[in-house]
Amino acid sequence: MTAPAKPEEPGSMTTTPTATPTRAPHQDLPGGHQPGGGRVGGGLFDPKQLVRSLPDALRKLDPRVMVKSPVMFVVEVGSVLTTLFACLSPGDWFGWAIAVWLWLTVIFANLAEAVAEGRGKAQADTLRKAKTDTVARRLNGGVEEQVAGTELRIGDLVVCEAGDIIPGDGDVVEGVASVDESAITGESAPVIRESGGDRSAVTGGTKVLSDRIVIKITTKPGETFIDRMINLVEGAARQKTPNEIALNILLASLTIVFLLAVVTLQPFAIYAGAEQPMIVLLALLVCLIPTTIGALLSAIGIAGMDRLVQRNVLAMSGRAVEAAGDVSTLLLDKTGTITLGNRQAAEFVPVRGTTEAEVADAAQLSSLADETPEGRSIVVLAKEKYGLRERHQGELVDAEWVPFTAQTRMSGVDVDGRKVRKGATGSVIAWVQERGGEVAEDAQQLTDAISQAGGTPLLVALEDERGPRVLGVIHLKDVVKEGMRERFDELRRMGIKTVMITGDNPLTAKAIADEAGVDDFLAEATPEDKMALIKREQAGGKLVAMTGDGTNDAPALAQADVGVAMNTGTSAAKEAGNMVDLDSNPTKLIEIVEIGKQLLITRGALTTFSIANDVAKYFAIIPAMFAVAYPGLDTLNIMRLSSPNSAILSAIIFNALIIIALVPLALKGVQYRPVSADRMLRRNLTVYGLGGLVAPFLGIKLIDLLISLIPGLH
Amino acid sequence: MSPVLAGVLQLTALVAALALAYRPLGDHMAAVYSSPRHLRAEKILYRCIGANPDAQMRWPAYLRGVLAFSAVGVLFLYLLQRLQGGLPLSLGFASISPDQAFNTAASFVANTNWQSYSGEQAMGHVVQTVGLAVQNFVSAATGMAVAIALVRGFARSRTGELGNFWSDLVRGTIRVLIPISVIGAVVLVACGAIQNFSGIHEVGQFLNGPGLGGHQQTNGGAVATQEVIKELGTNGGGYFNANSAHPFENPDAFTNLFEIFLILVIPFALTRTFGKLVGNVRQGYAVLATMGVIWLGFTALMMWTEFAHGGPALQAAGAAMEGKETRFGVGASSIFSVATTLTSTGAVDSFHSSFTAFGGGLQLLGMMLGEIAPGGVGSGLYGMLIMAVIAVFIAGLMVGRTPEYLGKKIGTREIKLAACYILVTPTLVLGFTAASMVLPDALGSMLNTKALGAGSHGFSEVLYAFTSGANNNGSAFAGLNANTPWYNTTIGLAMLLGRFLPMVFVLALAGSLAEQKPIPETAGTLRTEKPLFAGLLVGTILIITGLTYFPALALGPLAEGLS
Repeated sequence: MTAPAKPEEPGSMTTTPTATPTRAPHQDLPGGHQPGGGRVGGGLFDPKQLVRSLPDALRKLDPRVMVKSPVMFVVEVGSVLTTLFACLSPGDWFGWAIAVWLWLTVIFANLAEAVAEGRGKAQADTLRKAKTDTVARRLNGGVEEQVAGTELRIGDLVVCEAGDIIPGDGDVVEGVASVDESAITGESAPVIRESGGDRSAVTGGTKVLSDRIVIKITTKPGETFIDRMINLVEGAARQKTPNEIALNILLASLTIVFLLAVVTLQPFAIYAGAEQPMIVLLALLVCLIPTTIGALLSAIGIAGMDRLVQRNVLAMSGRAVEAAGDVSTLLLDKTGTITLGNRQAAEFVPVRGTTEAEVADAAQLSSLADETPEGRSIVVLAKEKYGLRERHQGELVDAEWVPFTAQTRMSGVDVDGRKVRKGATGSVIAWVQERGGEVAEDAQQLTDAISQAGGTPLLVALEDERGPRVLGVIHLKDVVKEGMRERFDELRRMGIKTVMITGDNPLTAKAIADEAGVDDFLAEATPEDKMALIKREQAGGKLVAMTGDGTNDAPALAQADVGVAMNTGTSAAKEAGNMVDLDSNPTKLIEIVEIGKQLLITRGALTTFSIANDVAKYFAIIPAMFAVAYPGLDTLNIMRLSSPNSAILSAIIFNALIIIALVPLALKGVQYRPVSADRMLRRNLTVYGLGGLVAPFLGIKLIDLLISLIPGLH
Repeated sequence: MSPVLAGVLQLTALVAALALAYRPLGDHMAAVYSSPRHLRAEKILYRCIGANPDAQMRWPAYLRGVLAFSAVGVLFLYLLQRLQGGLPLSLGFASISPDQAFNTAASFVANTNWQSYSGEQAMGHVVQTVGLAVQNFVSAATGMAVAIALVRGFARSRTGELGNFWSDLVRGTIRVLIPISVIGAVVLVACGAIQNFSGIHEVGQFLNGPGLGGHQQTNGGAVATQEVIKELGTNGGGYFNANSAHPFENPDAFTNLFEIFLILVIPFALTRTFGKLVGNVRQGYAVLATMGVIWLGFTALMMWTEFAHGGPALQAAGAAMEGKETRFGVGASSIFSVATTLTSTGAVDSFHSSFTAFGGGLQLLGMMLGEIAPGGVGSGLYGMLIMAVIAVFIAGLMVGRTPEYLGKKIGTREIKLAACYILVTPTLVLGFTAASMVLPDALGSMLNTKALGAGSHGFSEVLYAFTSGANNNGSAFAGLNANTPWYNTTIGLAMLLGRFLPMVFVLALAGSLAEQKPIPETAGTLRTEKPLFAGLLVGTILIITGLTYFPALALGPLAEGLS
């Protein structure tokens, strides 16, 4: 959670706490390296969901709902017509069978969508529980009054004390409190919310556990974060994304082509003396139009959003999820994303005339009271590398601890007539010289060398009977998270450039960038620099994704194509981004990109599959229709289907069943691995293109075999 | 030498000649369309038509230019035919009837050259040379201009400007078509094609040999010059009714091969021009490979089915020579017929209706692909690029990105325009064919009928007529009397709509692409210059066309061939 406006002060010993426990980048991915499991997998598909969603699926048969999916609407119209024709000749089992299977095709499509939506509904119900009606204590000119939470307006000030439910979204303007946000994040550990800074945002529906805060309301009731979240996971706010619209257009035009092919077929057939029953033509039409993808398209979209929700990421629009797939530049904050949240002591370097042990001893002494991660790491290093037993503060009677301040930029201890100090180079040198001590001439060289290597030098000085002097240098190093280099290599193979953003100086930044394997870095970054970088990348036609939490990140978050705000961040940041990560884990940006890609791949794969399927259906139906008029056409019946009726019925049944068979794939998403576009295309073309050509030949033949076993159908 | 070997050798020579011409011609055309300089002759022309050749046009303006110019062309050609009776050098031919004049005017302006007349029995020197031959040049140049506008759409960014239609039209004519035509005409004349303004002669025995031909009349004409642009501009309208089977148009085996070369040379070379203009010749090679694979595949299949000469009559005769010239034989005729149907040419050196059923099916399918392998001059390239857009859309999704082609996003607007484009010809072909199958008047034109046991062949003839018209091919499956008000009007409409509606969508697409900012290529970008993509494109074209026309083909050539 660095605020890039504040370059990290060497030796300051202050670090903003990292919101997340660091974890190896892969371990939180379900199905990580299991064979057959997608790297980005959704939850498991439970067949019971199909049964549970059936009422919803039937409700969706309403033509006003169906018309939104042009392909399935055509199937529904076909089902109605087929049913009518079947009614006209009630004794014809074939007509009824076709009618039943056409209806099943529509219902299966609705079922897919209903199942996808059903998963969101469960989450929405949990959220609703958190959104109880609250009573707000509004401050009106300093006087507290009780109003309903729904009456709050933007700008109102409300007071919350321990045990209160926060009545609406806002920023803390006074006080500090611990807040239970488990209603939203599912994380039971309380978080600190305080006025000012980047941890001021509070969310309506969360509970204050301690202390008293004054909150300035920033959203209208009904539009709060929790309201939006409910809408999002329920799919109520779902709008078709640009790419989904484009695909729908392609599917609609294919539907028109096939409608044309089937409508004009009747005159051709009449001329050939083989006029076709309407039911057969309707069956042919439904087989040809891309029902597989048409049926699953919206389920794929909903499931994509759902996969994000399962990872505790809320996308404010489907458009953002799609954009994530297109991202070609990732801006990653160094701290917390690439490196562990803090620097760690790597070595003690003595100046000429002293020993490492002396430096280690003094460094340890000066850090005993230092509870920052850097301070702890110095103690740990002294113990592990130099065997220095950790002394407890209590052992040192009369010790006078000198805490770090922004002015002195040093900390240390005065004990037993010894004064030990450690801190920023300049400050420590000044301290030594002030006291008339000498500064070893190689101290500056050593610190420069460490800086150039990307580390942060802390000088350690001691004043004892020999007078004040510099002992040596502590080398603090940023520790790059495990597995990041591999992750960045993967991203590079996917064609994504990573840029590390840091407040460090260019030297430090470069060293870490090299170690982590990012493609580029932005050192001494200010919010303006970040903004300029985003605009520059975008001007080159690239889509940029970034994470941010501070108010000063807000403009960049808004400018980025994918702006992921941390839930711990300010409400301005959350407002500006188009996604919110409830776990506040910046590394998740990479997963978000993968989910976006997976969403598009799933659409493309099923479209290819759907179109490729048609070839086999022609070979089943055309001979069935015309082998009587032109016996030669029976040669095209390469599947050797048992009878014309059985051939047509088998094609229709296959067409319906394949939808149900592919629901799990639509919900889970096509397997995605970070490889180059070429390899991915080759693989998906083989599986879904060739597979789509071959599968229906086998499927239709199999169904035909089963049908031919039913007596009395020929 | 066996006929098969001869055919293969001719094909090899053809491929070699095309390969030799590919780079120089492609580079020349790229230079022509991007040069800032105007030739003196061009400047005079611009002054005459009052056009500013340097004014950049956005797509609506470009389209207006195309449509206005073509409309004037139709009107002029229509009037010329209607007034023929009063024109000099008309060889005594009467004025053409309104429906046939409309049909012919639409046909030549739409680069189709469907002919419901017999050249030597209807059209005098003036109509042939001032009317038809001129359209042979400018309709071809119009197609090239639209293709170049689309290529500019890909190449340009953050502008809606597509170049200048008048300049593209004039340059295409003066710097590309005319110089090659001059050379080509000399070659043809040298090989025996005629070039005169001679009147009608009574000729004796037309061919040497006993029992061949009797007394007949024929006329002279500026045949060689018209023949060369007929092939080069993928027009196909013969001076004589027998088209390139007529010895005055196509004297011997060499001119036959030369004419096939002329048909294919510009459409193939335009892929090089495309690659040059978008700054990546490999993109052009991928498109070339796609075209080449389909063209060679069709040629191989055609030679196979013709040499196999299935059916008892052909087996008895020993070769599928019915309707083919003895001067050319089975191999050369197969190569010609594929070249002419995979481009928008429609010139014929053999009788398409007499090919084997599968051969006829291949000719139909070739046109149904949209004539994109390599297609008509210009129209082949833009048709192929539209298919590439569709293929990229599906494949692009499969690599996990919003689909993009040549750095341009294929979004909602682009896919809408591409989808409209691919809807046009199937609607025209299937719609008009279906109507003809139920209208008694239309059915009355069919000479091959079910009653004669040739129901499926009769159906193929009607299907062929509309496929040829809507795709701007112009060749015909004879056996259908197309000179009736119904066919003259509907085929005329099919030709005009099949030519100009797609151009509307192409230019709108070009405009939309030219406005975009380019997306830089990364490892995550679909590589459209790779063989994998070319393969995918071939598959997309075959599957989309196959699915659209399979029922119709099943009831026509498949039913005939499999019986």
